[in-house]
Parts: sequence; C-alpha cells; structure tokens
Amino acid sequence: MAQALNRALRDALRADPSVHLLGEDVGALGGVFRVTDGLTAEFGEDRCTDTPLAEAGIVGTAVGMAMYGLRPVVELQFDAFAYPAFEQLASHVAKMRNRTAGRLPLPLTVRIPYGGGIGGVEHHGDSSEAYYVHTPGLHVMAPATVEDAYGMLRAAIASDDPVVFLEPKRLYWSKAEWDPEAPAATAPPGRAVLRREGRSAVLIAYGPSVPVCLEAAEAARADGWDLAVLDLRSLVPFDDETVCAAVRRTGRAVVVHESSGFAGVGAEIAARVTERCFHHLEAPVLRVAGFDIPYPPPMLERHHLPGVDRILDAVARLQWESSPSGDPDEGAGRR
Amino acid sequence: MTLLDRAQGSAPWTPQSTGPRTEPGPLLPDAAPVRLLGEDAAGSAGTAAGLAPELLRTLHRRLVTGRRFNEQATALAKQGRLAVYPSSTGQEACQIAAAGVLQPTDWLFPSYRDSLAAVARGIDPVEVLTLLRGDAHSGWDPRRNRTAPLATPLATQAPHAVGLARAAALRGERLVALVLMGDGATSEGDFHEALNFAAVLRAPVVFLVQNNGYAISVPLAKQSAAPSLAHKAVGYGLPGRLVDGNDAAAVHQVVGEAVEYARDTGGPVLVEAITYRVDPHTNADDPRRYRSPEEAAAWRDHDPLVLMERHLRAAGLLDEEQRSAAAAEAEALAERMRAAFRTDPRPDPLDLFAHVYAEPTPQLREQEALLRAELAAEAESSGEEHR
Ligand SMILES: Cc1ncc(C[n+]2csc(CCOP(=O)(O)OP(=O)(O)O)c2C)c(N)n1
Repeated sequence: MAQALNRALRDALRADPSVHLLGEDVGALGGVFRVTDGLTAEFGEDRCTDTPLAEAGIVGTAVGMAMYGLRPVVELQFDAFAYPAFEQLASHVAKMRNRTAGRLPLPLTVRIPYGGGIGGVEHHGDSSEAYYVHTPGLHVMAPATVEDAYGMLRAAIASDDPVVFLEPKRLYWSKAEWDPEAPAATAPPGRAVLRREGRSAVLIAYGPSVPVCLEAAEAARADGWDLAVLDLRSLVPFDDETVCAAVRRTGRAVVVHESSGFAGVGAEIAARVTERCFHHLEAPVLRVAGFDIPYPPPMLERHHLPGVDRILDAVARLQWESSPSGDPDEGAGRR
Repeated sequence: MTLLDRAQGSAPWTPQSTGPRTEPGPLLPDAAPVRLLGEDAAGSAGTAAGLAPELLRTLHRRLVTGRRFNEQATALAKQGRLAVYPSSTGQEACQIAAAGVLQPTDWLFPSYRDSLAAVARGIDPVEVLTLLRGDAHSGWDPRRNRTAPLATPLATQAPHAVGLARAAALRGERLVALVLMGDGATSEGDFHEALNFAAVLRAPVVFLVQNNGYAISVPLAKQSAAPSLAHKAVGYGLPGRLVDGNDAAAVHQVVGEAVEYARDTGGPVLVEAITYRVDPHTNADDPRRYRSPEEAAAWRDHDPLVLMERHLRAAGLLDEEQRSAAAAEAEALAERMRAAFRTDPRPDPLDLFAHVYAEPTPQLREQEALLRAELAAEAESSGEEHR
C-alpha cells in the first residue's frame, strides 16, 4: 500500500504543478513509512518540502498555500502527533469555504498514518477518525485496499475540499497484487463497496478493519453464516444508499472499527441504519469496536483491537438478539 | 495625542511601556559554547582543572555506565526484547551531567530519548525501559523520584514543567524543574508557549535543548534559522546559554549554574547543549538516507567519553584500576538488564481498564467483563488458567 500511495503522489505531482507536498521527514528520508520516497529527488525541495517540526505550522502553512491557489498535500507523521494541528483543522481547514461564503475553498489533503496493530509504543496507535468526522467541512477517507490507496489519494488531491486521508498503518506493507503501471480503476470516493457478497448479515467496516472482517466472514462460513462485507472507504461523505441497500438485503448488520466504541463512528452508523431500515432489521445493529480506553501498550493491543473472534461473537448475538425470548442459547449453535 | 499632533511635530511620540522590561544584554548567549575539557573555543587549555577531581571521576563513571546502557538497550531492541530504542550514544554527557545537578526535591521532565537521565534520577533501568518494551506506558511512580514519564509527543512536557514549578513556587517551595528535549522539539508551539509562560509567570524552569543535529532526518539548518537555539530565549525575556554537550564537566557547570539561578531568582533559563546523535534516530531508522557515515565518524573524536578520559589521563586522574572499576560497574548493569529481559513480561490484560478513571464507568465495567470472559475462553481452549 505504501508503494501505491507513493505512486499516487508521484502521478499527482507530475500531472498538476500546483500540487505540493510538505511535512516532517518527507524529503531525503522519504517519510518514516517511505510514502514520499524519491519525490524530493524527482520534483525538488519546493515541491516536496521537509518542514520544521510543528504540526500546527505545517497545516496552517498549507492553509495559506491553498488560499493562494496551490494544492498542498500534508503528511502528519503519526495519528497522535496530528493533535497540535487540530486547531487549524477544526477552526480553519474545515470552515474556510463556509466562512468565506464559498470564495475561498481549500483544496488540501492531510495524510495521517493511523491506527494500531503494528506494535508501536505510546502515541503511535490512535484511531482519531471520530474527531475529524465530527467536524463538518472535512472529508474523511480511509482506504482498505491497495487499489483504493492509489485511486482515493488521487481523488483526494483532486478534490476542491479538504480531505483528511487516513492511511491504515498496518496495511502499509500488505502484499496485495498490484500493477503500478496499470492502477486499477476504483469506485468514486464517497461510495461504499461490497467486498464480499452474503445473505445472512453484513459486516460494515473501513480501513484496517476491512481485512479483519473478510477473515471473519470466511471463518463464519463453518457456522452456516453467509456474511457480506461492506467497505465504507469514505466516512464523509457517507454512503447511506449502499449501506442501507446492504442492510435491507441481509436484515442484520454489525459495524466494526478499532477506535473506541463510545460516541464513535459505529454509533452514527447504527443510528442511521436504524432510522432508515428499521422495518428490514431482524436484529439490532451491533457494534464491535475498541474498548473505551487510551490506546494500550503493544503487548496488550491484541486484546483491545477487534479481532475475528469478537466479530464472530457479535454475529452469533445477531441470532439470539432477534429471537423473541432473547435466549442466547437459541442462536449459539448457529455461529 | 492624535496623529495630527505628531505630524505637526509637537511632542515626540514614545511608546508607552506597559510593564517592566528586561535589559537584553544578559539574555544573549555567548557566541561560543562553554567548554571545560580539553581545548576551549579559543584554543586555550581546558579550564576544568579547577573542578574537583572527585566530580570528574564520578562523571566519568556515569558516562561509562551510560554508554553501556545504550549499547545493551540497542542490543535488546535488535533481539526484539524492546519494541524500539532511541539510543543516546554520543549524547550521554548531556543527560548524565544535567540530571546530576538536580537536588532530590527538583523535578525532571524527560522525553523519549532521555532514559539515562531517568536512570540518573535513581529509577530502576528496567522500569525506565517498560515504555519501550511495550508492557506498560510508564514503569515508575513519578512522585517517588520526582521524574515525569518519558514524553513522546514533542515539547508537550515543557508547559507541564512550567506549571509544576509555578505550583511549587506558589506553595513557597524552592524547587527547580528541568525539561529535556531535542532540537526538533524547539519548533513546536508548546516549546514557545512554555518559554513565554515561564518568563511571564516567573517559573523556576531550566529548559535543556540537546541539539544533536537532527530531528529524525531533518538537519538543524532546516529546523531553525536562528544563530543558535539558545537565542530563542531572548525574545521571551529569559537568559539563553550555550554549552558543549559532549563535555560533561561543562554541562555540569552550565546547567548547574542555570539550576541555581532558577532556584535563587525564581526565573527560567534556556540552555542549548551542542552534541551529536551518533546512532540512528531509533533502531528502525536508516540514517544513510540523510547523512554521510563520515559525518558521524568525525564526531567520534569529540565523543563525551573520549573527551573525559583524555582529560582525566592528562590530569593524572585516571589509572587502570579506576578504568576497570568503571567498566565492571557498567558490565554489572548490563548483566542486570539482560537478566531482566530474558523473559517476556506477562502484563495482565485486565489492567487495560485499571487506570482509565478513578472510578470505572459502567461501560468500562461491561467491557472488562467481556474481556474476562474472552480470556477465560482462551485459557480453556489452551488448557491453562487465567490468574
Ligand atoms: C508532536 C510530535 N510530532 C512528531 C513526532 C514524531 N517524532 C518523534 S521523534 C522526532 C524527531 C525529534 O527530533 P528532536 O526533537 O531533535 O529530538 P531527537 O530525536 O533528535 O533527540 C519526531 C518527528 C512526535 N514524537 N511528536
């Protein structure tokens, strides 16, 4: 995935002279995840700039660049180091179009490596999407496949609105087949995509949780479950249509994400689905999420991150939650 | 007075001062860093001769142990016993000498590279490394050794030091807070806000910037256009000092003076220690991408241990016996580290919920019950029992 993102940045820089990259260590080092590898060498320091170490400064500077006609693409090094920039994101990036009655749109992309599962120490595993999603004016995207990493990043850079582009750290090294010379066409951003068909329930996920859901769906076959997996891809805008269609087909849904569940993205999705598809639901929409705790040290992260077992348990509950007696034993056999 | 009055040249306009101003003179750092071991900037012989031999020997012993700590921790990271280790090889003098001048009542606010400073405060080396091993976020009780947890988000601990020092001053206590950070951290807003607050609120804080040349891959020249990082003090109204960070005696003296100044006057000081990061940023970093091996090699002659040993020998203060005693002490520490890390710790997963709130929320209790059930099921299927 890192390679696909690198390719997307390179192609964007080649295609549009107004695209500029800036961030910490994006130059000679090529970024700590090597996503900007070789870009300073090819495009020079003015197009791919190592900045001083100051996230508020980086995003604030990018705001000014975007105000003056450039398309800045910012790299913030890790999820938990984006917080100094939150003021800029919430107060200006998200609001500039609105504050200026449409006169100053901000075509700005903020790339953030996010999420856990790579054994990083403190402050290297946060999932901060809920903060951004809750901030009107920001697009929020999280690719789950290599093709999407390429296609969605190109789309984000081309967008006339600011995009918070969340790159799942643990998928950077995913070994998917990908031909860099022929980047596959992806669905337009803003649309959810069904990664797996299924009749008995749908798992709704995005970013790093999508592969986990696919694995869970595979495992659930043994218990007679035929699970669909829906990859949201973009959290803002949110694709109600595709989500509701999938829920109507299956009548049961589980939302999966690794950030904390309380007031998380899953809560929003469950509420929307309930509002729109209530009569099609055969069980409450369930959420499987990280615990409501600060991201734990690496040795304990496997207990925090929703894994296949926790998803399968939720799927089993879909059965008995919908049974009139609410008896857990009734559905347990089916899982 | 209106603009018109001024245009007519009546009374000359002068800006009205709204408060006391400090004379800029004493705020500016010297042009060259203070050196005591070996030659100073002007090329004259070292002036450390005046320092107590016992102090120099102690610094030497601690440098030897610190170097060994770095080597051993790096080896543990290579073996996968630590999740990551940011080595301070080549920078030991800054941490050891600076932490050494603190009184037991003072506080230390270290960042992730400052394991040695934490050890110098008396914290057990294994506890210091728990964050980097990955079993807990911080191993020690900050109040016991008056040492805050290692801070990873850059410069964020600096305002804490200001607040703590102010709180102590408000309570009539004369303690000093020492903040350690790197050159890159001086670009963060928190650094600037901390300096300003410390100066305005008159908080007894010493900010020690270990300028080791790089913030991961970014060299100082791309970090700051100031003549020195110590100059950054001036605009906020506090004194800036410059010291050779590889000269343990000089760090001892300059930071020692800064700490006593803060204690006596209740005001802050910024010290920039010039040093060099010989090792990679962490064991996961590849420095060949951004600097030449020759550059690092050139610093080896100005290594803190080399400087100290050269000086001690010239002064007749270091014989073989002392050398091997220092080495033995360091080896004992390394062996203790190896022993402690030979087995993986088994942190209790239920501790995930232990310290989120003073009183767990109902939701957390539910989640704890869920995890407890999962662990029981796991144990059953693997045939062992969760304690
Ligand atoms: C707010 C924040 N942004 C980014 C990072 C990622 N990061 C960790 S260390 C580092 C470089 C720090 O350089 P410096 O302050 O010079 O200290 P050194 O590592 O050289 O000791 C960076 C960018 C971070 N820890 N915190």
